[in-house]
Amino acid sequence: MSAGRLRAARRIAVKDLLVERRSRVLVNQVLPFSGLVMVVFAFALGTGGVLERAAPGLMWLAVLFSTLITVQRSFAIETADGALESLRVAGIDPVALFLGKAAALAVELIALITVLLGLAVVLYGAEPRAEGVVLLVTTAISATCGLAALGTIYGGLAAGGPGRETLLPLLILPVAAPVLIGATRGVEAALGTDRTAVSEGWPWVGLLTVFAVAVGVSGALAFGTLIED
Amino acid sequence: MTPTTSPQPTARRATGTRATRVLGIVTLVMLGWLLLFGLVLSPADIDQGDAVRIMYVHVPTVWLAYLAFIVTAVCSGLYLFGRRHSLGFDRVAGASAEIGVVFMALTLISGSLWGRITWGVYWQWDARLTTTALLFVTYIGYLAVRGLEGTRERRARRSAVIGLLAVVEIPLVHWSVRLWRSLHQEATILDTDLDVDIDGLMLFTLFSGVVAFTLLFVWLLLHRTRTIALDDLLASRGLDRAIAERRSEVTSSGSIGGGS
Repeated sequence: MSAGRLRAARRIAVKDLLVERRSRVLVNQVLPFSGLVMVVFAFALGTGGVLERAAPGLMWLAVLFSTLITVQRSFAIETADGALESLRVAGIDPVALFLGKAAALAVELIALITVLLGLAVVLYGAEPRAEGVVLLVTTAISATCGLAALGTIYGGLAAGGPGRETLLPLLILPVAAPVLIGATRGVEAALGTDRTAVSEGWPWVGLLTVFAVAVGVSGALAFGTLIED
Repeated sequence: MTPTTSPQPTARRATGTRATRVLGIVTLVMLGWLLLFGLVLSPADIDQGDAVRIMYVHVPTVWLAYLAFIVTAVCSGLYLFGRRHSLGFDRVAGASAEIGVVFMALTLISGSLWGRITWGVYWQWDARLTTTALLFVTYIGYLAVRGLEGTRERRARRSAVIGLLAVVEIPLVHWSVRLWRSLHQEATILDTDLDVDIDGLMLFTLFSGVVAFTLLFVWLLLHRTRTIALDDLLASRGLDRAIAERRSEVTSSGSIGGGS
C-alpha cells in the first residue's frame, strides 16, 4: 500500500476523531445509551447468577447496538453538507477513505468497550482474572477491527441517500454473528465464566482475526462502488 | 400506466414463450408426480411415520434456495467483472435472490414443522438451522438494497457488490455458528462414504422432488427475469414520456413567451 494512501487514511481518521472530540456525541449520547442497555438487560433477566453468567454476551450485545449508532453517526457527518462528495472530488482514494473511517470507528469502539467492560464488572459482577488479561485485550481488539470494517462497509452504503439508515441493522446484524459469538466466547474464557479455561478462548480469537481480515480486505475493495451514489 | 406514446405495442411483450410454456407443463407434471410418490406410493418411515413425507418438500426447497443464491453470486460476479456489464446478469441475480428467499422461507417453515414432530420442538439452535436463518435474513437485506433508489446501473453495481460480499461473509457465519454448536443430523444421502441408507423408493421420491423443484426454479427464474426487464422498460419509457411531455410544455410556453 502506498504511503500516500496511508497518509490520507490517517488524516481521515484524525478528522473523524477531531469531529467527535468537538461534538462529543459518543460521550454524550452513545455511551449513556449503551450503559442504559446494560441496565435494561438486568431488568429483563433479573439479578442473581444469570447476569454474571451472561455478562460477556450482554456486554457484546450492547457493543453491537452501540456500533449501529456509532456507524450512523460516522457517516452522518459525511453526508451533511455533501462532505463525502467533497472528499471524493478532492481525489481521496476510496480505499484510504475506508481505512480512515474504519480506523476512527475502531478507536471509538475500543473506548466504548473499555467502559462497557467496566460496567459489566460493576453491574453484573464479572471478575477479570490476571491470566486472562492478554486474551481479553486480544479478543477486544480483533472483534473491534471486524466490527469497524463491517460497520464502515454498510455505513457507506446507508449514507448514500435519505431513508437508508433503517437498512443498517438489517445488513449488519446477520453478518456480525461471528463477532458476537467469537467475542462472547473469548471474553468468557478470559473471565473464566462457567469455569472456562483461558486456552479455550484462543480459537475464537483466530475466528475473529480471520473475520476482520476477510471483511477488511473485501470492504476496501468494495467501498468505492458502495459510496458512489 | 400504459405508455400510449410508445411506438411499439406492449401487448405482445408477455413473459411466456413456447419454451417456457413447455417447461411449465413439464414442471406441473413433475410436481404431480412428486405428489403421487410423496403422498401415496412411498412408504411411511419406521421411526417417523408419515412425517418423513415433509422431507420430499424440505430437502428440494433448501437445495433450490442454495442453488438460487449461488446463481445470484455468479451473476453478480459476471455483471461486475464482465466486459459489457450486462444488466441481464443483474436481473437474473435479482430474480434468483427473490426466488431463493421465498424458498428459504418455505425451508424454514417445513423444517420447523418437521422438527416439532421428530425432535419435539420447532427450533433447535444447531449450526445448520442457525446459518440458514441468518442466510435468509442476509438475502432479505440484499433485496432491500436492490429496492433502493437510483439508476439501473447503480442498482446493479451496488447489489452485485452486496451479493459478492455475502459470498465472503456467509462461510464465516457458518464457520462461527458451527464452532458454536452442532446438533443437526448428518446428511444422510451426501455422506462421504456414499453408503446410502435410505429406502430405494423414498430416495427416488426425493430425487423426483429435487428435479421437480429445480424445473420450477428455472421456470420462475425465466419469468421473473423477464418481468424485471419489463419493469425496467416501463420505467425508461415512463421517463421518455415524461421528458417528451415536458418538452412539449416548454415548446408551447416558449411560443407564448416568444409572442408576448
